[in-house]
Amino acid sequence: MTLKIDQDHSRFRNIVRGKIRQNLKKYISQGELMGKQGKDVVSIPIPHIDIPRFRFADKQQGGVSQGEGEPGDGVGQGQGQKGDGPGEAGKDAGQHALEVELTLDELADILGEELELPNIEDKGKSAIVDQKDRYVGIRRVGPNSLRHFRRTFKTALKRQISMGTYDPKNPIIIPTRDDMRYRSWKTKDEPVANAVILYMMDVSGSMGDEQKEIVRIESFWLDTWLRKQYEGVETRFIIHDAVAREVDRDTFFRTRESGGTMISSAYRLAAQIIEDDYPPSQWNIYPFHFSDGDNWSVDDTNVCVGLLKDTLLPASNVFCYGQVESPYGSGQFIKDLNEHFGEDERLITSEVKDRDAIMGSIREFLGKGK
Amino acid sequence: MSLAYERRLPDYLRAQQVAIEGIAKEAGLEFFPLMFEVLGYDQMNEIAAFGGFPTRYPHWRFGMEYEQLKKSHEYGLSKIYEMVINNNPSIAYLLEGNSIVDQKLVMAHVYAHVDFFKNNFAFKVTDQGVDRRTGEPIRKWLDTFANHGSIVRRWARRIGVEPVERFIDACLSLENLIDPQKPFRPSRAPEKSEEEEALPEELRLLRVDRDYMESFINPEEFVQAERERVAEEKARAKRFPESPDRDVLGFLLVNAPLERWEREVLNVIRREAYYYLPQMQTKIMNEGWATYWHSRLMTEKICDGSEIIDYADRCAGVLATSPGQLNPYKLGVELYRHIERRWDRGQFGREWDECQDYATRAGWDRRTGLGQKKIFEVRALYTDVTFIDEFLTPDFVAEQKLYAFGWSERNDRYEIETRQFREVKSKLLTQLTNAGNPIIRVLDANHENRTELLFEHDHQGVDLRLDWAQEVLAALNRVWKRPVELYTVAEEKPTVLRYDGSEHTRQSR
Repeated sequence: MTLKIDQDHSRFRNIVRGKIRQNLKKYISQGELMGKQGKDVVSIPIPHIDIPRFRFADKQQGGVSQGEGEPGDGVGQGQGQKGDGPGEAGKDAGQHALEVELTLDELADILGEELELPNIEDKGKSAIVDQKDRYVGIRRVGPNSLRHFRRTFKTALKRQISMGTYDPKNPIIIPTRDDMRYRSWKTKDEPVANAVILYMMDVSGSMGDEQKEIVRIESFWLDTWLRKQYEGVETRFIIHDAVAREVDRDTFFRTRESGGTMISSAYRLAAQIIEDDYPPSQWNIYPFHFSDGDNWSVDDTNVCVGLLKDTLLPASNVFCYGQVESPYGSGQFIKDLNEHFGEDERLITSEVKDRDAIMGSIREFLGKGK
Repeated sequence: MSLAYERRLPDYLRAQQVAIEGIAKEAGLEFFPLMFEVLGYDQMNEIAAFGGFPTRYPHWRFGMEYEQLKKSHEYGLSKIYEMVINNNPSIAYLLEGNSIVDQKLVMAHVYAHVDFFKNNFAFKVTDQGVDRRTGEPIRKWLDTFANHGSIVRRWARRIGVEPVERFIDACLSLENLIDPQKPFRPSRAPEKSEEEEALPEELRLLRVDRDYMESFINPEEFVQAERERVAEEKARAKRFPESPDRDVLGFLLVNAPLERWEREVLNVIRREAYYYLPQMQTKIMNEGWATYWHSRLMTEKICDGSEIIDYADRCAGVLATSPGQLNPYKLGVELYRHIERRWDRGQFGREWDECQDYATRAGWDRRTGLGQKKIFEVRALYTDVTFIDEFLTPDFVAEQKLYAFGWSERNDRYEIETRQFREVKSKLLTQLTNAGNPIIRVLDANHENRTELLFEHDHQGVDLRLDWAQEVLAALNRVWKRPVELYTVAEEKPTVLRYDGSEHTRQSR
């Protein structure tokens, strides 16, 4: 059925896709559909265009609310009272947002739909085989724990009816030994698509908390999406300043170092990890590297290019480099990469200026379905 | 494109409507004729996206609203139960497939809304005249909005979709720059007569009987100050606008060098902004009133025993509060009940105010029984700001556990600041003043004698969001077509923002 709003809706979609009205692009942000994932509230990305107005700076404002708590207690998601636009004032007893629990799978679906991500094509590696038990059949003997109640009941019923011992007024069914049915399983060999995500992050002095937060949010979504695509995704974390080391997830997001930046150290370590644990013939490998792009020297950048060319790119499904903008500006590295690998489809670069740019960047990384 | 929805109210709902209308009337509510229509969720989302009107001018932001409503409905995040339009006759929409209890609840709720539309003084601005025959106000906004749609469509055909849409975008940036008091002021100050204007301004000096006293009674400095005052008054008379004007949209409409299509589009935006204004000014009162009545009518008259649990469950959902949010339904309904209780027991007036004894106050009951009368009076004569200002009491704040919260730099989060009555009330009022928008006035249309447009921001402790303020200046420049300037305060420093059509500048003043 067509609606009058369809015209406005498709116009909006076209603006979001960047087909028309380029001047509005800077106001597009990810919206505020809130969903809950376990204890965390996650916002589901839905494109939103803000119309700029004279507004109060949000954080100075605060507001009034009601409920329990002592002065000094946090009030959670407090957004203050966001002034309702006149567009909203019309629907009176209308919207009441409910928070719902979402599974990671659902989140990934929503993300995929919102960003129009293609499903990833497996490299077709089926070297790793896993054995799986599936309950596919029925047999007459088996342990009681696998007894199939309904089938047993049906057989007993059939037998009693055919024997004429079934009384509809007093429908008691008593299965005999012959009536018992049990589930049975078959063991199957299944090829497993295996993937490993290698996160690398620059933790040198110039990467601030905000930059890390951006990396954290972005990697949460990357993680969610890739986990949806592959069973058994492994993740490895590398941090680097002038030297690189492998760390656990928690350290990855919290560490702050202060040294200079030698990106090659991280690439060398990544290459090492791949060589030791993940033979490229059997694994889908996704290295993601986030940095502010301020590499130490041209020489080091050349080393990086060499490592990418010889080891990392041939081994990976796709190598993604995300450059976040630090207070000290955005570095040269992304330009160097684009210069060397501009044509190469295996390397994707993306600039993440601020939080609002995250979704766009994810689309760039995953949009090719590799 | 389908023009008509399948809207006929099914018989079982029609029967409910008749019953509930009778009950509402009996309870003392007084409303416009009300028509219910049943919509599927998709149509509901569509009309909600259009701000309640099935036809609106074409603009992408309605599409955005629609997408948001649709997505959150499809993902099961939220759904819209009902909508009601301030129109005579009023129109309300019911969601197809809701349970009968929900539909009854919505109907009871909506009748109270329409009573509010009809009787609250703030909504008088939406009157479009009076029907001579019945004496009822005319509010044909459904038609007006449809006309607005065809005006904009016509220009989009002639000028092109893109320029019209761009201009609407600019106007929407200015949408909140209207003057809530304007509709209640005489439309124009009486023109000064010719003679009055011709009279030379005199210095107001003190009478001197003896010449030698002159320099003592009217010393040189005093004379000088008087001269300056007169000069300034003259200058003010020449200034334009004469006094700062908050109705920026109206000012631009009359004075900006607009082409005909621009003027018509701007007028559409302004009229719709004024139409929605009373709904923003009475959010708490309006929702509170509707909630008060649906809960009374449902529990006293409408529900039978099998429905009461479902009703209570739904109602509790509507009244739920969450930290950091203000639920207008909850605050409103509790405040009406508080007022009703006080006026039933005579807890008002001088004697009550002066009584300091806790026990006496707690047991105070003069059996005045004026509660009902009072809340009907309140619903007619107040808006949110005055409602809170007059009826929020320390007892109420404590009882309802209201608190004020603010941003804590130290902990990087919003925190409860205080439960003190004064602070809570003042924060609440600040939040409601001007519907939460900063106050901006046109100061001078010939700033520096260069026909540049000067605005001031009435800074009351909270800064503007500067990047957005600059975008709005660009929109103002689009309409005014000359450089625009804004006086504001940023980080405690008086600041001037300026946009000259190509470049933004920011200076301290």
